[in-house]
Amino acid sequence: MTAAPVRRLSVAVEAALGPFLLQATLEVGTEPLALVGPNGSGKTSVLLAILGLLKLERGRIALGDEILFDRDRTIDRPTEERHLAYLPQDFGLFPHLTAAQNVAFALACGPDLASRKQRRSQAMAWLDRFGLGSVANRNPSQLSGGERQRIALARAMASSPKALLLDEPTASLDVEARLEVRAFLAESIRSLGLPTVLVTHDVMDVEALAGRVAVLEKGRVAACGPLGDIRKTPPTLFASRLFSSPAPVGADANPGPLNDGQFRHN
Amino acid sequence: MVGLGGILLLFLVLPFVALLLDGGPDSILRGLGCALTWPALRLSLGTSLISVALVVLGGTPLAWWLARSRWRSARWLEILLQLPVVIPPAVGGIALLLAFGRRGLFGETLERLGWTPAFSSVAVVMAQIFVSAPFYMQAAVQAFGRLDRNLLAVGRSLGASPPRLFFQVALPLARPWLIGGAAMTWARALGEFGATLMFAGNMTGKTQTLPLAIYTALELDIHTAQALSLLLVAFAFALLLFLRRFNRTVEIGRRPAAS
Repeated sequence: MTAAPVRRLSVAVEAALGPFLLQATLEVGTEPLALVGPNGSGKTSVLLAILGLLKLERGRIALGDEILFDRDRTIDRPTEERHLAYLPQDFGLFPHLTAAQNVAFALACGPDLASRKQRRSQAMAWLDRFGLGSVANRNPSQLSGGERQRIALARAMASSPKALLLDEPTASLDVEARLEVRAFLAESIRSLGLPTVLVTHDVMDVEALAGRVAVLEKGRVAACGPLGDIRKTPPTLFASRLFSSPAPVGADANPGPLNDGQFRHN
Repeated sequence: MVGLGGILLLFLVLPFVALLLDGGPDSILRGLGCALTWPALRLSLGTSLISVALVVLGGTPLAWWLARSRWRSARWLEILLQLPVVIPPAVGGIALLLAFGRRGLFGETLERLGWTPAFSSVAVVMAQIFVSAPFYMQAAVQAFGRLDRNLLAVGRSLGASPPRLFFQVALPLARPWLIGGAAMTWARALGEFGATLMFAGNMTGKTQTLPLAIYTALELDIHTAQALSLLLVAFAFALLLFLRRFNRTVEIGRRPAAS
């Protein structure tokens, strides 16, 4: 679409989050990064920080050479100028617009001054590319969870993003749709080649979509590395239970429920 | 318990029955032919519609700002904006008089600028806005506050400027509640009496709205007052019917998602 894609998203953020301080440093390359951790460990806050929707005390966020936020240099690009694709858990489709209008909305926000008709045909092209041509004129409420997820991704890609942020992409789907969406996302993420951060509670999401894993615990990154390494030597009890690996030495034997969020949409 | 409920129901319904039936249709028609009717009706419709338009024009951006503001004083401002609902309209009239009346706080300044709003048709509109704006404000602040924050976040991440986000996402999604709030504001403006009497006076054709005409007619002939009252009841009833129908279409258009 545009220039050569950005290959690196660097995040170092510090923010006061109610019970604790969020202090996270992450480097995301071409391999998608899964952000895992118990509820309230600050996973979604990291995404909001990258988006510019969380007030930061300190930090630096950069997409390749482009600095999105730098407290020391008082750079703070507004969300609408960061060129990030954000897919929230419930997909965030505009309920008053059809699938095609949702995609056209993203096109209208872009720099190209296309006419309404041109945007419409571009939106149709995006929907066709994602296998959604037949549902272009439906409203989101008339679509399945899997279709909604695809439209959300088509819309996000229509805005020519430089990185992809996914918040629990399969959590609000039923089991079958989950399999379908997971396969579709895995393929899309691979072919897009954008730096990708994925927040999830689901070990199958991690395995299917991510190459690297960052384990968050009370706002801090307990460990970050290739999936295989994290699985072999989980840094926290949460990670050991998520990946069903042996608990780290010296961990609390009775840490309470793994996480209650996994079931919150069933 | 059922007996008490029945008594309350009768108490609430009987006055309307009397309003509709007392004296019969002839005396009501005669009442409508009274010299007060036409100027008051014209003034009431004109001023109340102008009031609603001004409240919507100013109140919508203000509500959008209030609903999104993380500024603490915004919450206090919201409470302050609700004050005219709970104070007696007469107090509102006195407050307007003390602020914009000829000897009021800003009256002299306004007079030097060649503008004396008190006891004019403009004062009618001012009184109506003062008492009716909170109805729209409350509906609008709630509507904007209830919007899914994720939708707004996604909209911005897609590159939408704040005006685009407002006009293409927030406004269409909040519209049903905004229309409901505007309808309530119109009803309140149309029925405004106390503040108007204090601040605008009771001059036929200039400041005498329908409620004031009813008050004046009462001294001449109760059936004239009755006829004018029925006129207001008819407007109010039409408004309620509209809101009911409108709410139903909104609900049908918002059936919950399939999955």
